Amino acid sequence: MDFEYTEEEETFRKEVQGFLDENLPPSDQRGKGFMSNWLTKVREKRWVGFSWPPEVGGGGGNLMQQVILKEEMSKRRAPPLGTCMMGLAWVGPAIIQYGTEEQKQRFIPDILDSKYHWCTGYSEPNVGSDLAALQCKAVRDGDHYVINGTKIWTTLAPIASWISMLVRTDNFGDADAKHEGITALLVKLEDPGIEIRPIENMAGDKVFAQIFFDNVKVPVENRLGDEGKGWAVTISSLASERSSIGEVTSMYSKLETLKSLIKTTEYNGKPASENPEVRRTVARFEAKIEAMRLNGLRYLTRQIKGEPLSSETSVNKLHRASLEVEMSDFALEVLGPAGLQLREQGGSVDNGKWANDALDWPSVVIGGGTPNIQKNIVGERILGLPKD
Amino acid sequence: MNFGFTEEQTLLREQARRFLDDEASMSVVRELMHSDQGFSTAQWQQLANLGWLGLIIDPDHGGVGLNWVDLIVVLEEMGRSLYPSPFISTTLAASVLGDLGSDEQKKDWLPRMATGQQIATLALFDRHGDPIADNITLAAEEADGLILNGTKQFVADAGSADLFITACRSGDSLKLALIPRTAEGVSVTATATMDRTKRTGLLELSNVHVAADDVINLNNDDLSRIVDKGVVAITAEMVGAGEQVLEITTGYARERIQFGHPIGKYQGVKHALADIYVDVESFKSLVYYAAWTIDHSPEELSRSASLAKAYASDAFAEIGINGVQLHGAIGFTEEYDIQLYLKRSKWARPIFGDSDHHYERVARMAGL
Repeated sequence: MDFEYTEEEETFRKEVQGFLDENLPPSDQRGKGFMSNWLTKVREKRWVGFSWPPEVGGGGGNLMQQVILKEEMSKRRAPPLGTCMMGLAWVGPAIIQYGTEEQKQRFIPDILDSKYHWCTGYSEPNVGSDLAALQCKAVRDGDHYVINGTKIWTTLAPIASWISMLVRTDNFGDADAKHEGITALLVKLEDPGIEIRPIENMAGDKVFAQIFFDNVKVPVENRLGDEGKGWAVTISSLASERSSIGEVTSMYSKLETLKSLIKTTEYNGKPASENPEVRRTVARFEAKIEAMRLNGLRYLTRQIKGEPLSSETSVNKLHRASLEVEMSDFALEVLGPAGLQLREQGGSVDNGKWANDALDWPSVVIGGGTPNIQKNIVGERILGLPKD
Repeated sequence: MNFGFTEEQTLLREQARRFLDDEASMSVVRELMHSDQGFSTAQWQQLANLGWLGLIIDPDHGGVGLNWVDLIVVLEEMGRSLYPSPFISTTLAASVLGDLGSDEQKKDWLPRMATGQQIATLALFDRHGDPIADNITLAAEEADGLILNGTKQFVADAGSADLFITACRSGDSLKLALIPRTAEGVSVTATATMDRTKRTGLLELSNVHVAADDVINLNNDDLSRIVDKGVVAITAEMVGAGEQVLEITTGYARERIQFGHPIGKYQGVKHALADIYVDVESFKSLVYYAAWTIDHSPEELSRSASLAKAYASDAFAEIGINGVQLHGAIGFTEEYDIQLYLKRSKWARPIFGDSDHHYERVARMAGL
């Protein structure tokens, strides 16, 4: 065991810190024009797509460098490295792994430059956790596919220009062979026959939508991977850092915010931080976050040694999910009625941040697979229990 | 950055596993559990021969001179097997002598502890409460050394210990008195706890005279460090024991058929087992790190030890209960091993501080 960084790693950390000193003012001093300047600078620095290979324009950063970059950025609450979030997180890596040369040249530079938004089309009205049962169908007709069906809960669909989606091209109604016959397609959302209906979530935001496809024609060259082999595309993982260390750093900042909140919030005329149950709860959050940090380092060590990870990352996903829910709920409990005031109302605390957090956690907790699904993954893939 | 074990540590784990599999199967453990002594003296000698009794004792005093990350590898495996012996007591006592003892004291005791000739234990607190200085109340009379009168309860492995490192106070200052079992005025009553793999006892001191050379001055930081090491040792055992609960219960869930399927297929069972996995993985990471801080980053020890024990005390208590409950009626029988782990979880929860104590300590360290 050794928690030191090598000289090269320290040099890289200094480089990151130096860059951030120069280009990242504290959160409250980021004025107009900051964001566009930031995006240009980090792009020049090749930090956008940092884990991607240099030949497609990525940064070619190794695992430890990815960790260090994420860690330093989270420490200073840096904004994201691009606005094309889905493209950078999911679509880009899938295109790099499964795409044709032509697709890489056509899409990757735009994702790196955040030219437009991407969204990913998985869930359907009757298909959620059991994703492989998807029904939205595409039929091959000469040099194109014709899509009919619908996708729902598609995050960012109201503002996206492209969607990377899964459709069924074979094995219709054959539940036993549901993983076969799924195909991944890249579809332009302006194409005729597409209708996007935004859905308002409980926080009052319209970030996701239902999309209807009515005889939408998609050229065959927009297929990602082989026909019928789209399932692999969803579970693809470009060798990227998965230790969740960046997330842990931001969980720690959230914890710090909670600690100041309980010191400044009074109950019965005394700081809430004097209440033993409040103290215990915050310390318990700290234990979970520290466990996440150390789990992440343990799994990272195994990745560095070249051991394949099974589904151990589910452990931290489960911690993250319960912490998101519990921490935002705890803040409201501590604040009482003041915590319920919405952002534009008088008397709101931290401009309604806590009220918003308490309504916004599902985007994190449900988005990448519900906790119940994560527990199935742990039970089946790690503990070897029979499949449901 | 490497949060993993070295090849040597992996070999040490294999050695521990082999020894425990060969020599301490569950039927042997059960025999020892029900014996008067509670452990095997023959095996104690084997532990000495393997170098484990002197694992963290420095080579100048007959030990191997390894560190706490090596030690927890052995402890984790002992926990997995619920191996009964005064290993933790002796190791903690050796560690106290190594850190705080005089040259003379080290020379007197450590080599014989490493060879297995002497068993030692700590007798620290006098009343129920947090493991802190306030709860050391045994008053010493100063007289060319110390004179002690009083009783220490719940002394780990009292029945087998040859040396009691006994905490007391004279005025405001804390002391540790090295009291051999054979000293005049010492009487010991061994007792068994609910977890018969962990023995305890009563140490009664009546006009016991402790020579000045056998006294160690103790400050609050020293005491914290002793307790934190105890925490790490106990929690490392909890990791192995927790994993074994998971192993036994997962095996059962794969084989036990109800409603036409193995019960592990049902989410009510599957998710409970997944929860155990998540918790054991997590307090495992926490205690590995805490063990590392002992030798490499002592200023971080208090926080990391408290985080580990707080998490583990709550989680392992629940794991003990769920292990039994997921088995249904058979889990409740004496014959079935899972209940022994429930008993261990009850034992481990309060030792060296429960979760209330350690979470409060974390809160204070965080400036709350």
